[in-house]
Amino acid sequence: MRRISLRIGELIAVLFVVSFGVFAMVTLMPGDPAVAILGEGHPPQDYENLRQELGLNDGLLHRYWDWLSGAVTGDLGTSLVPPQTDVTERILGALPVSVELAVLGLVIALVLAIPLAMWSAAHAGGAIDRMISATMFATLSVPSFLAGLLLIMIFANGLGWFPRAQWVRISEDIPGNLHHALLPAIVIAMMELALFTRILRNDLIVTLNEDYILAARAKGMPPWRIMVTDALRPSSFSLVTLMGISLGRLIGSTVIVEYLFALPGMGSMIVTSANQGDYPLVQGAVLIVALVYVVVNAGIDLSYGYLDPRTRRVHA
Amino acid sequence: MNERDDLVLDVRDVRTTFLTPRGPVRAVDGVSMSLRAGETLGIVGESGSGKSVLGRTVMGLVSNSPTTTITGECRIAGLDVHALKPKDRRKLWGPEVAMVFQDPMTSLNPVKRVGTHLTEALRLHLGVSRKEADERAVDLLRQVFIPEPVRRMKQYPHELSGGMRQRVVIAMALACDPKLLIADEPTTALDVTVQKQILDLLATLAADRNMATILISHDLGAVEGRTDRVAVMYAGRTVETSQTSRVFNAPVHPYAEALLASIPRIDDAPHTVLRAIDGSPPNMLNPPEGCRFAPRCRFAVDRCHQESPELRELADGTADTHLGACHFPLLPARQEVS
Repeated sequence: MRRISLRIGELIAVLFVVSFGVFAMVTLMPGDPAVAILGEGHPPQDYENLRQELGLNDGLLHRYWDWLSGAVTGDLGTSLVPPQTDVTERILGALPVSVELAVLGLVIALVLAIPLAMWSAAHAGGAIDRMISATMFATLSVPSFLAGLLLIMIFANGLGWFPRAQWVRISEDIPGNLHHALLPAIVIAMMELALFTRILRNDLIVTLNEDYILAARAKGMPPWRIMVTDALRPSSFSLVTLMGISLGRLIGSTVIVEYLFALPGMGSMIVTSANQGDYPLVQGAVLIVALVYVVVNAGIDLSYGYLDPRTRRVHA
Repeated sequence: MNERDDLVLDVRDVRTTFLTPRGPVRAVDGVSMSLRAGETLGIVGESGSGKSVLGRTVMGLVSNSPTTTITGECRIAGLDVHALKPKDRRKLWGPEVAMVFQDPMTSLNPVKRVGTHLTEALRLHLGVSRKEADERAVDLLRQVFIPEPVRRMKQYPHELSGGMRQRVVIAMALACDPKLLIADEPTTALDVTVQKQILDLLATLAADRNMATILISHDLGAVEGRTDRVAVMYAGRTVETSQTSRVFNAPVHPYAEALLASIPRIDDAPHTVLRAIDGSPPNMLNPPEGCRFAPRCRFAVDRCHQESPELRELADGTADTHLGACHFPLLPARQEVS
């Protein structure tokens, strides 16, 4: 319990630093928000009035404080670009799409990576291992826009198995939603698969040389059982860590996939709003992405206790 | 039934060769041995003499693979382990033969509870229910004198001391009542005070169960008095084997003699220089021609460097066998001279 409360304290400190970084960075974005809102060709006094109204003439720390106190109550301000919607609302619309894509993509990657890594590790150095390695690096070297385009051409346009350029919300229709999410999730999975397989394979090979694996073999346990019950868990630290980083990263940066499949996710929203100089939306979105990232990785840290009982009790 | 059928272990001229990038390494080079129920054999030798590989080859834990070649015969329960399919070989591991490993710090899985270590083999080989496996496991922990066995079942290896862990490893090996136990340096990683306890425990358990035991050790003190017979290994070969007392009292091979002389004795005068064996064990990638001990042997003559000595009967008329692989064995008359 002490451990968890310590983690939460740490988390809040990290978020505080991150929020300031996000705020300061966005403030440094080029372009005048007042011009972005009003358009060009107005008398200078109009711009000045608007700046005053938006509080842009206040000091950086003052503005940060206003923004942060709003943010902790869930109010991230209003978008500058017409129709000037509520930022929190916009994010709540886009976040589930990104989270779903990222989670689904990672699940697909894991489901494929774990057995492939086990198979590879069991035959380390052999023909199967080399074949899997080569295939993985081939998928890694295909850029995701190309893979996405190919998948769309084959499965959406050619075979017509999947729709494209539409999105059905998970709250509306679950099978329909999965049908729409699957193809983009596969593109995301392809980007992660090679790395996951490689990392787990290498860790498994190290674990398989441990004495306790030999001891398990000497008890007559079949190889597949040793792989699943003895080797997998002690070998999964790097994979779990990598997964946490991937999940955090994917939520804000599946832009290419979102554009390809015309999905209303966080990535495309951030890019669009940055181009429009819509700084409240950028700040809000980046803050939420950072929040997800930090929380996911804190969860990953806690999962180490499950993976290795030796880390459960901290002897100070 | 012929004579070989009642042997728990029968090994004939086994050779284990590892193909390494730098060339083939003959880790075990023509070793034979046999054990009956209840018999105890000690295998001694320096590090790298092939003791552990021999132990693993004998039970089939090291088997033929693209990088390993094994010739000769290793019969356990009458079955040649290297001729069996992997699946059938695994059926022997547990009920017929089991191994106690050197380092209890690394031979237990850190993420598995003590109980799981014990019950999984029971459930696999004997097909007992979870409840019965748990009961048997607690009983096993009791047999190896682990206090509070019920509580230990739920603990993880890191919560136990080294000595306790080795007791768990022993309990794990005994789970399916093996007829042969191979203990590979079972006390090397333990505190000196715990070593004797573990060795005595192994001896008691073997006697109670009429279990054949192979005790592999570089520690001659561990083998003396706890084994019926002993085999001295050097560079992958047996150089001398007989009853333990005979080897210890009257070694015939210069290597065995030197090895025994290197044990510091309690009645040595203070400041006695340790009698280490000069030189180092041969590079197994390129072992010397002739007798492999010749380069380090103080008695070696030209013949020793050219002609490899066979393991042969050197007993001086008594009924017991005393085999040695030396052209000029240290027979009693000779020992007086030297």
